[in-house]
Amino acid sequence: MKALAAIAAQTARLSWRSGGALVGVVFFLAVVTVVPFGVGPDLKLLGRIGPAMLWVAALLAALLNLDRLFRDDRDDGSLDLLVMSGVPLELTVLAKCAGAWLATGLPLTVVAPLLGMLLGLEPAALATTTATLAAGTPALILIGAIGAALTAALPRGGILVAVLVLPFTIPALIFGVSAAATAIVGPTPFLPPFLILLALTLFSLVIGPIAAAAALRATLE
Amino acid sequence: MPLIDYANPTRFLAFSARVLPWLAAATAVLLLVGLWLSFFGSPPDYQQGETVRIMYIHVPSAWLSMLCYGVMAVAAVGTLVWRHPLADVTARAAAPLGAAFTFLALVTGSLWGKPMWGTWWVWDARLTSELVLLIMYLGLIALWQAVDDFGRAARVVAVLTLVGSINIPIIKFSVDWWNTLHQGESIFRAGGPTIDWSMLTALFTMMAAMTLLYAALLIGAIGNEILKRRADQMEMMAAGERG
Repeated sequence: MKALAAIAAQTARLSWRSGGALVGVVFFLAVVTVVPFGVGPDLKLLGRIGPAMLWVAALLAALLNLDRLFRDDRDDGSLDLLVMSGVPLELTVLAKCAGAWLATGLPLTVVAPLLGMLLGLEPAALATTTATLAAGTPALILIGAIGAALTAALPRGGILVAVLVLPFTIPALIFGVSAAATAIVGPTPFLPPFLILLALTLFSLVIGPIAAAAALRATLE
Repeated sequence: MPLIDYANPTRFLAFSARVLPWLAAATAVLLLVGLWLSFFGSPPDYQQGETVRIMYIHVPSAWLSMLCYGVMAVAAVGTLVWRHPLADVTARAAAPLGAAFTFLALVTGSLWGKPMWGTWWVWDARLTSELVLLIMYLGLIALWQAVDDFGRAARVVAVLTLVGSINIPIIKFSVDWWNTLHQGESIFRAGGPTIDWSMLTALFTMMAAMTLLYAALLIGAIGNEILKRRADQMEMMAAGERG
């Protein structure tokens, strides 16, 4: 247990120190900034598409940082030590995902309300978007870990991770935006899509580490 | 001769040399019969007119796009569980074929949709999940190319194939689970098919013809992969001896 906590803490610490986590937040800001240049500065339109744009930008920022989840460890040899350590590989992956979420997903969630104000979101929409991001970013990271594990041995696998993982993150995206947009679209209840999003996160909590561990074993042989 | 004997690549090449000409001939015959039935041997639809004939290419392509992923999923299990030597080459050979059939299904569906629905594309559940299937096929092909060592590539691709196989039931049942513009299940449903027999004969003939076409192309491609790997190995040995 202490070993897992140590792995999670070290992943988070390394990601922050190397600047990767901060770059993710800046990328989030950059994408949100670019949106009004594309669709025009009409605040009403931005407010309507705001939750969706925040979700897409958060998804891309999370995927960018996932590329390095296992590659750095593989390059300096510590991935082999982790695999041979006697701790089940699935739990190790889970610990690394926890660290990645603390370093990447949590800052994205915290910054989201501020960026939402840039897009003209109402307070209710800000609240729903932040809640759905808090529930959904763990799912994005857990599913993304599968792609990161598959490409851990590839030197230039960065964009390939995003291509491989994007189809599997679509359900989380659908329900996250659906729940976030209930504050905008009218008297639809927030809970049903939000609960499904939570279910997706719990589901990926099981499937993600198992598939990522299988992928790591396949990559490292 | 038991199935396990075909695990030997040389035996497989001999088997394919014997079988492929007959398979190709049967495919050609069935395709000719099917195409004749599609254009002349079946009636126009009372609502859609002659445009319904796109169905005879669209439906078999879509069916094959899913069958091909099923073949790749079985090959993935063969790689990961039994380390079957032919499973690797089958998965690698099948991926481009599956991508081609998925692309064909999407394009013929789009051509059919414009006169029928008034739009080239709509983001409903069936079309979107089929597009996601195309992205998955292309991602798998990219992953094959990205990893240098063939054995490692096969295992990595196998894991991703199995994770992605969740999409196939989603495609199949999408017209039941969601409110879609795409037509609901008309053939494989409880209560029997809702398509008239005059059209079903053409449809089933084309489905059989294109399935045989897929089988012929797949067996040929597997043979090519085996020979290509041998050529690569001989090149490496020759380079080793020179250097």
